[in-house]
Amino acid sequence: MTTAGTNRIAGKGRLTPANTVRFTFDGKSYTGLEGDTLAAALIANDVHLVGRSFKYHRPRGILSAGPEEPSALVGVRRDAARQTPNIRATVQEIHDGLDAVSQNRWPSLAFDIGAVNDIGSPLFSAGFYYKTFMWPKVAWKHVYEPVIRNAAGLGTAPEEPDPDHYAGRYAHCDVLVIGGGAAGLSAALAAAESGAQVILCDEKPSFGGALWFEEEARLDGMDGYEWAQQTTDRLAVMDNVRVLSRTTAFGYYAQNFVGLVERVTDHLAAPEADMPRERLWQVRAKRVIIAAGAIERHMVFANNDRPGIMLAAAARTYLNHHGVAVGRKVGVYTANDSAYAAAIDLKKAGSDIPAIVDIRDNPDSVVVEEAKALGIRVLTGHAVTGAGGKLRVASMSVEPKNGGSAEVIPVDALLMSAGWTPSVHMFSQSRGKVAWDEESQRFLPGTYAQDCVSVGACNGTDGLAETVAEALDAGERAAKEARAKAKKSGVKIKTEGGGKWAGGMIGAGPGAGAGKVVKAFVDYQNDVTAKDIRLAVQEGMHSIEHVKRFTTNGMATDQGKLSNLHGLAIAAEALDRPIPKVGLTTFRPPYTPTTFGAIVNHARGKLFDPMRCTPMHASEEAAGAVFEDVGQWKRAWYYPRPGEDMHAAVNRECRTVREVAGMFDATTLGKIEVIGPDAAKFLDLLYTNPFMKLGVGKLRYGIMCREDGFIYDDGVVGRIAEDRFHVTTTTGGAPRVMNHMEDYLQTEFPDLKVWLTSTSEQWAVIAVQGPKSREIIAPFVEGIDLSSEAFPHMSMAEGKVCGVPARVFRMSFTGEAGFEINVPADYGRMVWDTLHEHGKPMGMCLYGTETMHVLRAEKGYIIVGQDTDGTVTPHDAGLSWAVGKKKTDFVGIRGLMRPDIVAKGRRQLVGLKVKDGRTVLEEGAQIVADPKQAVPMTMIGWVSSSYWSENCGRPIAMALVEDGFERMGDTLYVPMPDRVIEVEVTNTVFFDEEGGRLHG
Amino acid sequence: MAREAMRGHKGWGQQWGSPEPRGEYDVIIIGAGGHGLATAYYLAKEHGVTNVAVLEKGWLGGGNTGRNTTIIRSNYLYDESAGLYDHAVKLWENLSQDLNYNVMYSPRGVMMLAHNVHDVQVFKRHIHANRLNGVDNEWLTPEQAKEYCPPLNISQTARYPVMGAALQRRGGTARHDAVAWGYARAASDRGVHIIQNCEVTGIRRGGNGQVTGVETSRGFIGAKKIGVVAAGNTSVVMQMADVRMPLESFPLQALVSEPVKPCFPCVVMSNTVHAYISQSDKGELVIGAGTDQYTSYSQTGGLHIIQHTLDAICEMFPMFTRMRMLRSWGGIVDVTPDRSPIIARTPVSGLYVNCGWGTGGFKATPGSGHVFAHTIANDNPHKINAGYTIERFNSGRLIDEAAAAAVAH
Amino acid sequence: MLLIHCPYCEEERPELEFRHAGEAHIARPADIASISDEDFAQYFFYRDNPKGLTFERWRHIHGCARFFNAVRDTVSDKFVTTYKTGEPKPDLAEAANENKPQAKKGRGSK
Repeated sequence: MTTAGTNRIAGKGRLTPANTVRFTFDGKSYTGLEGDTLAAALIANDVHLVGRSFKYHRPRGILSAGPEEPSALVGVRRDAARQTPNIRATVQEIHDGLDAVSQNRWPSLAFDIGAVNDIGSPLFSAGFYYKTFMWPKVAWKHVYEPVIRNAAGLGTAPEEPDPDHYAGRYAHCDVLVIGGGAAGLSAALAAAESGAQVILCDEKPSFGGALWFEEEARLDGMDGYEWAQQTTDRLAVMDNVRVLSRTTAFGYYAQNFVGLVERVTDHLAAPEADMPRERLWQVRAKRVIIAAGAIERHMVFANNDRPGIMLAAAARTYLNHHGVAVGRKVGVYTANDSAYAAAIDLKKAGSDIPAIVDIRDNPDSVVVEEAKALGIRVLTGHAVTGAGGKLRVASMSVEPKNGGSAEVIPVDALLMSAGWTPSVHMFSQSRGKVAWDEESQRFLPGTYAQDCVSVGACNGTDGLAETVAEALDAGERAAKEARAKAKKSGVKIKTEGGGKWAGGMIGAGPGAGAGKVVKAFVDYQNDVTAKDIRLAVQEGMHSIEHVKRFTTNGMATDQGKLSNLHGLAIAAEALDRPIPKVGLTTFRPPYTPTTFGAIVNHARGKLFDPMRCTPMHASEEAAGAVFEDVGQWKRAWYYPRPGEDMHAAVNRECRTVREVAGMFDATTLGKIEVIGPDAAKFLDLLYTNPFMKLGVGKLRYGIMCREDGFIYDDGVVGRIAEDRFHVTTTTGGAPRVMNHMEDYLQTEFPDLKVWLTSTSEQWAVIAVQGPKSREIIAPFVEGIDLSSEAFPHMSMAEGKVCGVPARVFRMSFTGEAGFEINVPADYGRMVWDTLHEHGKPMGMCLYGTETMHVLRAEKGYIIVGQDTDGTVTPHDAGLSWAVGKKKTDFVGIRGLMRPDIVAKGRRQLVGLKVKDGRTVLEEGAQIVADPKQAVPMTMIGWVSSSYWSENCGRPIAMALVEDGFERMGDTLYVPMPDRVIEVEVTNTVFFDEEGGRLHG
Repeated sequence: MAREAMRGHKGWGQQWGSPEPRGEYDVIIIGAGGHGLATAYYLAKEHGVTNVAVLEKGWLGGGNTGRNTTIIRSNYLYDESAGLYDHAVKLWENLSQDLNYNVMYSPRGVMMLAHNVHDVQVFKRHIHANRLNGVDNEWLTPEQAKEYCPPLNISQTARYPVMGAALQRRGGTARHDAVAWGYARAASDRGVHIIQNCEVTGIRRGGNGQVTGVETSRGFIGAKKIGVVAAGNTSVVMQMADVRMPLESFPLQALVSEPVKPCFPCVVMSNTVHAYISQSDKGELVIGAGTDQYTSYSQTGGLHIIQHTLDAICEMFPMFTRMRMLRSWGGIVDVTPDRSPIIARTPVSGLYVNCGWGTGGFKATPGSGHVFAHTIANDNPHKINAGYTIERFNSGRLIDEAAAAAVAH
Repeated sequence: MLLIHCPYCEEERPELEFRHAGEAHIARPADIASISDEDFAQYFFYRDNPKGLTFERWRHIHGCARFFNAVRDTVSDKFVTTYKTGEPKPDLAEAANENKPQAKKGRGSK
């Protein structure tokens, strides 16, 4: 006996006794061995009770030795922020300092108050929620639901942000092999030796699959597990192979796109800080070989959930790999041969095997004889009808399966095997259709939907020799299909031994059949019993999907890996229909629960979404700008000076622009260069405005619609040459406008000779606006006569600014005389800083988007997306002048003619004057004609833009109001929660109505 | 319930029958999802029309009803929408008692996050319109939002900091399967035939164009009136009557985490970062993802869609990166050009259609069934669904929640 | 994530490089200004939305930026073919046969 647990058998297993590991479970310290899972180490220390079930809070132990584990779920914590709920003890490797706690129990695992649910369980049958808790009505929300919620759930969610990081990789390969048992390794070897690029993954820390426990299997003359390690090593050094252990293929998506997740640090005591906790691999494979093996099923009998009752092959894993005996007096209950091997192994290791209870009448195979030869009592045609003990199994009740007197046999562990379920999960996820094989009573891959193939146990291939032969063939074939130059692999593998997987039973065993009121669990974690499934059928749930949803069978964290088939068989029996007629629920990703962090990997924090900053961003930051998010852009919102709040800063900026000048970063506007002999004709079609006659060197405001006639975008278009235009779009509209234009150009008007280039990123745009704008920029401008006569409002010219090539637009979104200077993006900051330095002493300020919004509202200029919302036409927005009357075609021309678009009652853009002269309306506030009406009120419009206008000395607002153009001067009302605000309908120009300042 | 428990539950009868189809029904509903079953229930209950069959090609509640994230709210912008969805919420409030089936309507509040100035403007517009329509919806500051939902990250250093939220307290969730089952049981009790595994393969019409019945995988079944409530498959079914629809069907995915103890008290939606989340009674975090970009009837979608959603969830709730995805799945949602449903008569006499719910149909289930039953029974819409015609796409009188709000359902 | 063959780049690229662009072969009426409300609605709003083979448009937006057409099965999401804008609709029966090898049967389908 070693120090690493009283159940550790000297000389058994593959772990090194000297490599001990200290860990804690529920605060108590234990010793295990390096290479142990938490489950193995706990059993080694004779701990079988590890958790409580979901609904009844029944004591639960360790059922399996793999990811199918439904019962042994624990919380694992490294520190306060690094705690993870619902970790399967059968998967978690121990390391020094591992701190695990049991879940779903209070106050302690051995004494759990919630277990009263077990006594009250007749009330908590399948679907019980639906039939009760309805009265009184308020009680569901305030009483029942909170209680149910607290009782449900398993572990506790982490409460602090996760300090770990996660990584992601994309990979391409010829052949992806999922699963690294004898089948997967053989297939990978054959594919790799054929010259294919191969990725091989397996969820366990080391390869071998069933060879972890199948001691009698030999390949190439050596111990199977040893062969697996040598083969892995051989593959790992090949240039064309990537070997990924601790890596689960969790999702099989369209066109051989497979998601893998690699667990990198959870098994390490002290991971390096730069190591990701997990890594997502997104693999596109030309061929996929699924070698996922099979999962052993439990037997369904009364109290089959007592701690110490486990799957037979799991016990073999614990013994043959970990050197741990799961009990000293071990009963076996089986419906196939494979459990005999467990009995034989344990017997040879010194455990007592009081009986093998075999439900079959005449099992006839070598292992049966071998068991008998070892002196093990074999009871054929018998069944286990119950288990004694509570926190640990103490006995099994054995009866002849067709009735007879029961014998109670004391045991401290009970192994069971109902047979093996091929793991068709990935095949099914690939959208392949499984087919029921009547002869072997199992679902197997039927019709394939993708370029993949299943080999070995997951394909229903029984026996080691057959598996290896099939896998070698599949590997070689996949290589050939994926790669024209694949050669013959020449791989040959000699096999001996290895168990057969076929045979077994599905459904409830004797004593748990129809009419029996016992707790024979089908789905352990969700506490679904055979009886629950029959009740569901009795209540009319005739589809397996209904049964599943009504009982929650198969919906636990193991997603039915153990329970689905049993549940199906019990439902089929109750319905008296054949299993394939009742159907199998679809398998969906993920195969096992997959960490959000791994799926998200790098896309956190700053990398959640790219951040776009203009070339002048740093200067704006230095000037104290507060930024706002506009799409992915960070835009300077306002520039508060010490002691200023937003309101004060904006008021100052607004005043300064109109009194002196202001400078604004307009870089985020989209820009498109439209070039070609038909460029004007193209713009004529894409905008509502006419463009054919726009002179070279002139600018025009343009409105773009979709075919429905609603405003889609707007911007200023400048004609640089006969065949060249500089088009601007809104900030948010840039990509969609480009797409819209390309769509029409490529697919509707392909004969037009036009080329489009997005130049949004090429130009930095600096708007200098205000009475002194010309004075400020003039010293830096070369080659352009800036005088109003030579360069009037809505003109453009090319020249140099600060010595760099520039396109200067004489235009204004403020109502002041102004210029927008476009310079190559790399020079943007230099020009900005130069102009700022020069303009500042002259009284110029920097202004942000908020001031821009106020100034344009003072002039009644719309913001697409704020004063329009996708239901507003150019006519509604008061922009009929921008719709070419003489044009015979443009995008939107027909949409604008639709009956509802030309009918009365359209909401039209108007100005609002608040009668009290002080109150700034809330944007989004609704407008009514009669404020005294009852709710629901008839709303006739809404406030789209509203600001305090420092320049007007009063609040200003724009609104979309039904028939607004005809309501000029009318009084309307804005009902607020606390009062009603009276407004007068006006036009939308609040400042400099004549527009003289534009031309100054 | 307690009495049944003591009797070993032997007394629970079938919740709905498995009747053989009759030769003819007054009304056939195609599609036994929540909306279709609710329609049948209200036809029987409110209009005395009980000679009704609901035909379902698979199993009842197996389409979008059983695949959605069960969010209920009614804080829509337009009068038509607020009217329809609030009608539904009012029915939700008494539905468990009405059906004598616990549909677990849980008004835990639906909070919609604003991440930029535009969001703030849009939500305030909703809040004002809702108030005047008598629909509850209130503005929360970031701090109030965090108080309502403690896991929420309101840090100013987030990529898209939370600027506030719109909260509808009457919003919440319900148990999706229970809704289908509750309506099925209650309709069945009133004599409605629910016929599963019965795929409609044709719609037969008489000489005057009027519908006369349906061809099915179980033979011809006559009907005076037919209501199509086939969600993602609506275009396919309507094609059988030579009616082309303004619809496209897209895959929509959703996922749940492993169950954990209560940690998330309400429903949170964010349109700007694209995700919505709540926690089920079972303890699973229920998370809605977006649609794939292409039309599909496959009930699956790409991993990158799930990724994008979880990116957003972990951005808003950074403690959830260690949570694990337990199950993901897909549905097929039928989307209209204005993102509002069609609940209307069709150009074919005797044929009615209820479709186009996009990603947000579950919340409307009772209201949708209620007004559609009215429309079928009277051959005329209820005033609540009068605007939800097909013809609105000809006239331009759209109910454009998408354009006006840019908010997901 | 779909894998899409761009007929201009002549190679398969992941879906992330592409943007779906709706049903294909819906030409903008040359005389759009004079068509009826019904015809306009049919052109702009109504869609076949077929279950099975669909003609659709994609744009290789993060590649060559070209719009092109595809035939895809909306049940399996598999592409039958892709072809350049302006090329005629491919013969579906032929395309389907050429590109649809007999579904492989597994052991369970014996």
